[in-house]
Amino acid sequence: MGKFQLITKGLIKENPTFVLLLGMCPTLATTTSAINGMSMGLATMFVLVLSNMAISAIARFIPDKVRIPSYIVVIATFVTLLQFIMQAYTPAMYETLGLFIPLIVVNCIVLGRAEAFANKNGVIDSALDGLGIGLGFTCSLTVLGLVRELLGSGSAFGFKLVPGDGILCFVLAPGAFIALGYLIVLFKKLTTKK
Amino acid sequence: MEYLLIIISAIFVNNILLSQFLGVCPFLGVSNKLSTAVGMSGAVCFVITLATLVTYLLQYYVLEPFGIGFMQTISFILVIAALVQMVEIVLKKVSPSLYQALGIFLPLITTNCAVLGVALIVVTKEFTFGGEPHMLNLAESVVYAFATSLGFGLAMTLFAGLREQLALNDVPKAFKGVPIALVTAGILAMAFMGFSGLV
Amino acid sequence: MVLCLSLICLVCSALLAAVYVLTAEPVRAAAQAKLNRAISQVVPEFDSTPVEATVEVEGKTYKYYTVTREGQLVGYAIETASSGFGGRLSVMVGMTPDGVIYNTSVLSHSETPGLGAKCTDASFADQFKGFDPSVKTLSVKKDRGDVDAITASTITSRAYCDALVAAVSAYTVISGEVEKSK
Repeated sequence: MGKFQLITKGLIKENPTFVLLLGMCPTLATTTSAINGMSMGLATMFVLVLSNMAISAIARFIPDKVRIPSYIVVIATFVTLLQFIMQAYTPAMYETLGLFIPLIVVNCIVLGRAEAFANKNGVIDSALDGLGIGLGFTCSLTVLGLVRELLGSGSAFGFKLVPGDGILCFVLAPGAFIALGYLIVLFKKLTTKK
Repeated sequence: MEYLLIIISAIFVNNILLSQFLGVCPFLGVSNKLSTAVGMSGAVCFVITLATLVTYLLQYYVLEPFGIGFMQTISFILVIAALVQMVEIVLKKVSPSLYQALGIFLPLITTNCAVLGVALIVVTKEFTFGGEPHMLNLAESVVYAFATSLGFGLAMTLFAGLREQLALNDVPKAFKGVPIALVTAGILAMAFMGFSGLV
Repeated sequence: MVLCLSLICLVCSALLAAVYVLTAEPVRAAAQAKLNRAISQVVPEFDSTPVEATVEVEGKTYKYYTVTREGQLVGYAIETASSGFGGRLSVMVGMTPDGVIYNTSVLSHSETPGLGAKCTDASFADQFKGFDPSVKTLSVKKDRGDVDAITASTITSRAYCDALVAAVSAYTVISGEVEKSK
């Protein structure tokens, strides 16, 4: 597989949200607006790239039995790093995403990539894989956030497009489930036609 | 009275699955059959309550006195992982029948964000039960964790029941599987919104 | 096996400790900047560094900041909180020396997005600019007050009023103490 494909496969073929259905909790919880969804995606991508690199570098030295705990420690380290950085430089976003930043630790995408890719491949390939999957995740979250923001408050990326309140339900919990359900159907339709 | 408020709030008003989106992966993953959903709920209930108790003590008697709050995420997840392992070993020895019922779900629970989520909520969020915003004390935390996991079980069981019915229906092809499940979950979440404002 | 795992833990915690020390300063600065922004938003223009103090009203302690311009007192920024719909609602309330609310700013809240979260919107918050608690009543119209509640978010609106009422009573104590010391 070429380097370029490593990056693009996460967008469509192995899209973590719409195809693999991984990391549903942050997907549903943080997509109340396009900006929030995008920030969550980027935060996850940060952890994904770094943890993939670190794990591919040290995987050879780790005995098989303590593999999973070691990966979790590495991932948790990067998540905590991210917490410090966000607290220092983007405190408003840190507050908005709140609990879901530390919860990147238990995002199945991150551990999943470590198990499925990073521990068998080189550092650079793993970084690209993390970047690709991270991009796919970011795009999906941005799209879902955009849809919910448009329907729910009539704006896109914070800009008011339609006057009035919008369908409030889409900003709240039920809208998250329903919007995601319809988006998955749409994604399936669009990708299978080709 | 305050405990009652905590319990009602955690089960119905702020249902962990349907309004806080924690633990959605098992919610979608193992809700095809009612029996597995009940098994999963039991295991989660057990682990969440135990994990919250341990992480609460860890936070207030180890992390804070030593000023190493920055180890919170890392130590919590390790404690949860270790705890799940231990529960598995103990269950196997003490009650093989319970192990039979819950065993297969236990490894899945480490990466269930509901467990880490509740543990973190308890030590970071201020609650407003009974007036003034305040942090939960130990007893309240355990009650909150237990009630939250009951809420998880309730949503899980309801959802599994609905999905069992759905399987018998003629669903449009593109919606088969997860999409229709998500839409159903959305409607269920709407029903739970009716509880908001109750506490 | 155990050695390997503990080695990883050791390296990771060392790394974390290092970054923690490195980012401690920016984190503090960011919090301070946020506080300063909130203060300058709620009181008239000033040229002093805000002086932090605390005041006790009915057993509760409030933090407040005194600001001056050319040595003259221009106002107090009082930090108060109440229980909103989703949790604590923290508000910074600016009071001018004549007992009028200059402006308010939400420090943190956990209200429902699209409903109670509108308490940060100008459409709701602007009605408190120049609000004189001695003339008007600080409660929502439903409770026979003078405050327009956010649509479908009466609890949040009430909580906002409660926070402001607390700030006004804190202000009364503060200005009383100032009078006494004169």
